[in-house]
Amino acid sequence: MIDLSINFAGIKAPNPFWLASAPPTNSGYQVMKAFEAGWGGAVWKTLGVPVVNVSSRYGSINYRNTRMMGFNNIELITDRPLADNLREIEEVKKYFPDHAVIASLMVESKAEWEQIIKDVENAGADGIELNFGCPHGMCERGMGSAVGQEPEVLKTIVGWVKEAANIPVITKLSPNISHITDPGLAAVQGGTDAISLINTIKSIVGIDLDTYAPYPIVDGKGSNGGYCGPAVKPIALHMLKDLAQHHEISKVPISGIGGIETWRDVVEFILLGATSVQVCTAVMHYGFGIVREMEAGLRQFMEEKGYNTIYDFAGKALPNVTEWKHLNLKYKVIAEINEDKCIGCDLCYIACDDGAHQAIALPKDGSNRIPSIIEENCVGCNLCSLVCPVENCITMVKTDDGTEHITWSERTLNDDVPTTFDDDRAGGKGHFVPKPTDALKNN
Amino acid sequence: MAEYKRPTTEAEFKLNFKQKKPLMNDTEAYYEASRCLFCYDAPCIQACPTHIDIPLFIKQIHTNNVTGASKTIFDSNWLGNACGVVCPTGVLCEGACVYNHQDIPPIQIGRLQNYATNKTIDAKKEIFKIGKSNGKKIAIIGAGPAGIACACEARTLGFEVDIFEAKDKPSGLMVYGIAPYKITNEEVLKEVEYLQKQLQFNIKYNSAITSKEQLKQMENDYDAIFLGVGLGKTRMLELGGEDKKGVIGAVEFIEDLRMKHHELKVPKKVVVIGGGNTAMDAASEAARMGARKTVLAYRNSKEKMKAYGFEYDLAISAGVDSLFNVTPLSIVGNGKVEGVKFAKTETVEGKLQTNMNNTFIVRCDLVIKATGQAKQGNFYDLIDDLDAGNNAIIKVNNETFQTSNPKYFAGGDAINGGAEVVNAAYDGKMAAQGIHQWLNK
Repeated sequence: MIDLSINFAGIKAPNPFWLASAPPTNSGYQVMKAFEAGWGGAVWKTLGVPVVNVSSRYGSINYRNTRMMGFNNIELITDRPLADNLREIEEVKKYFPDHAVIASLMVESKAEWEQIIKDVENAGADGIELNFGCPHGMCERGMGSAVGQEPEVLKTIVGWVKEAANIPVITKLSPNISHITDPGLAAVQGGTDAISLINTIKSIVGIDLDTYAPYPIVDGKGSNGGYCGPAVKPIALHMLKDLAQHHEISKVPISGIGGIETWRDVVEFILLGATSVQVCTAVMHYGFGIVREMEAGLRQFMEEKGYNTIYDFAGKALPNVTEWKHLNLKYKVIAEINEDKCIGCDLCYIACDDGAHQAIALPKDGSNRIPSIIEENCVGCNLCSLVCPVENCITMVKTDDGTEHITWSERTLNDDVPTTFDDDRAGGKGHFVPKPTDALKNN
Repeated sequence: MAEYKRPTTEAEFKLNFKQKKPLMNDTEAYYEASRCLFCYDAPCIQACPTHIDIPLFIKQIHTNNVTGASKTIFDSNWLGNACGVVCPTGVLCEGACVYNHQDIPPIQIGRLQNYATNKTIDAKKEIFKIGKSNGKKIAIIGAGPAGIACACEARTLGFEVDIFEAKDKPSGLMVYGIAPYKITNEEVLKEVEYLQKQLQFNIKYNSAITSKEQLKQMENDYDAIFLGVGLGKTRMLELGGEDKKGVIGAVEFIEDLRMKHHELKVPKKVVVIGGGNTAMDAASEAARMGARKTVLAYRNSKEKMKAYGFEYDLAISAGVDSLFNVTPLSIVGNGKVEGVKFAKTETVEGKLQTNMNNTFIVRCDLVIKATGQAKQGNFYDLIDDLDAGNNAIIKVNNETFQTSNPKYFAGGDAINGGAEVVNAAYDGKMAAQGIHQWLNK
C-alpha cells in the first residue's frame, strides 16, 4: 500500500509535493486552489516589510520549440501587507488542516524576526522557511542571499529564529556560493530543523538587440535576476548531493528545489536525499494541474519498485555518487548503432569527428547514409548516443569482462600514474588521431 | 470526394482553388523550423536541384534571421519564393528528409522557404548587389524561370541584360501554366518585380523573336544570347475530328484558366487525354471549375503514368474519374465535340497494342489534350549551327550550358523537354556563370 505522506522535520503533509515560496503562493486563493489540485504543501510567498515591485519582472530562455527552459525573475518578496497574508494563512489552514503551510520569512533586525515569527505561529503556520537565498534586490538591502553568502551571519540569524520559534524551522540556501556545505553547516550549527535548496541563481537571461538592455526590461534598463526552471536542475541535484553526503548536515532533512517539473525529477531529488520537493517554474508555466503527472509517475515508480513510502528509497543514489578518482578505469563501453533504426542524419558522425574522437565512419560507397563505429577508436564517451535523434538507436555496450577493477586512487598508491609531460602512461598514448592535414582532404 | 460548384466570382474561384501550400504564419514557422535536425551533409540539400543550404536557412528562420534565410535561399535559387510552393517537394527535398525513415512527417521545407522569402519580399528588403559593370551585354529570349534566373545572376556579375518576351507578363509557365492551387498570379509576379527592382534588368514585352533578321541583329548588339524559350503549343494528335470546336490543348486550357479565372466557362462533361502531371492538373482544374463529370483517359495502365502519385491523388480527390488502357481513335460530333471514340489497349509481349474490336464512345463537351507540347524546332532552325538533335531539344554543355553555337546558351524546358521550375532556375543561373566564364577567357 503506497503512502505518500511525509513528516518533514515535524511538518506533516499528505504528499511531498510542495509549492516553493514564489508568485504561485502569493495569496490564499492560489494556495487553496493548489491544495485542491493535489499539492501537499505550500511555502508562502516570503513575508516581511512589504516591497514595491517593478514591471516587467520575468525573462526566459527558450530551447528549440520549448518555452521557458530557463526562467529568471526580478520580483521581490510579498508586496501585500502582512495582516492580509496572515488572515489568508489562517483561512487556508481552516480548510486544509492536514496540508503543510509554511511561512517564508525575510526581515532584518532580531526584534522584527521575533515579531513576525509570533505572527505566523498565531496564524497557524506549520513551519517557517528562512529566505537566505533571493539574489536580486533584497540582497542589496542586506537580506536574502547577502545572508546566505555569509555563513557566520546566517548562523546567528538561525540562532535568533530558533530561540523565538515553536514550530519547525527550514533554512533555505542560496546556490550563489562556492561551497554549499559552508552555509549548510552554519545552518545546522545555528540549530535549523531542516534545509531547503536551491534558491535561484544570479543571472542575466539575455540582452535585447534593439535597446541593448537585459531582460526583463524595465524602462530601458534591467538588473540581474534569479535563474530557475528545468535548466538549473543539474546544479540543484549536485548541491543536494553535497549536503546529503555531509555527515553533519545530513542529520537534518532536506527539501529539494530547482527545476522540478516531472515525476522523474521528483524521484531523482528523492534518490539524492530530499524528502520533500518544492516547485515553482513548472506551475508558473503549466498551472497547478502539473502535479497530476508528478503524483501518478511517482506512484507508478514506487509500485514497480515495491516501495511503500518515499523514505524507502530516499538517498538510495548517494552511495553511487563518488569522487572521480574512485571510478573504475578498466570499465569499457563502446557505441553500437542499430542500422534498422538509423535515419541517416549523420549527426553522430559529425559530432564524433568534429567534437570527439573520430570514431565514426560514413559508408565509403555512398550506398546509404548509415554510419559505423570504428571500434578501436571509440573511447565510449556517449556523445553519439546523446546527439542521436532516434529513440534507442545508438546504445553503449559494455565490452570489458568485468574482472578488472582499478581506480586512479589505486594507481596513485601503486605509483602507476603519469607524472611527466611525456609520460608513457598517458591514457591517450597510441590512441588513433588523424593527421592534421587529413582535415583539409575532407573538404 | 469533393464536389465543386461552378465558380461565378473571384472569391468562389479562390475557394475552389485553395492554395495547397498556404503561407505559414510566424508561429507555425517557428515550431516547424524547430524540428529540423541540422543533418550533416543533409540529404535535402542533395535532393534540391539548386542545392539550397536548407538546414542553414531553417536554422536562420528559427533564430529570427528571416532576411538571412532569404539570402541563403536566393543565393542558390533566384526563384526561391515560387519554388517553395510549386516544387514537387515530396519527391525532392522533403522526400529526402531523414524523418521519413522513422515515419515522422518530414520538415515542410517548401513552405518554410516560401515563408522566409515572402516576408523578405513584402518587407522590400534589399539583399542583392548588382555587380560592377563589365561593359558586356546579354540578350535573353524568354522571361520564364530560366530567363529570369539567368538575368539575375548575370546582373550580379556586372552584365547589362535585356529580356525579350513574346507575352505581356514575365515568368512564363509560372504564371501561364501552373495549376492555380499551387501558386497565385500575384505571388509569381511579386517575386519577379522584387528581383527586377533590385537587379535592374530590362524586360521587353510583346517582343517575340521569330526571324533570322532579328537574331542577326541580336548577335550584333549583344555579347551572348541565352535561350529560355521553353516549349511550344500542345502538339497535334493527328486524330479525326481534332479540329472540332471544343478540342483544346492542356497548356492553352491552363493559360486561359490562369488569365480568366471564374470567367472561363468549362462545360459539364470533360475528357482529358494523357497521363502526365499536366493531364492531372488539367483534369483537377476542370473539376474545380464545376464540370459535372471529368474523365481522365490514359492509353496505358495506372502504374505506367508519368504523373507523380500525389498529383493523381489530387485529381481523384477533386472528383475526377479515370480510364486506363484506352487510346483515342477520333473526336466525334457534328461541328462541335460530342464525344471521344476510344479503343481498349492491352500489353502483349511487352508491347502496347490497340484492340480495334473493343471500342466505345465517351460523351463530352470538351476534350483537353495533355499529350505533350511541341518543341520549338522551327525556331531553332533560324540559329546557325544550333544542335537540337533529332528531337528538337537543344544540346548544351552540362556545366556551362553553352550550345553548339558558342554565342548561344540555353536552359529550362528547351534543354530538358519539360521539367520543373526549379530545374529551369538552376539552368539559368549556371548559364549566366557559363557566359561569364566564356567571355572572360
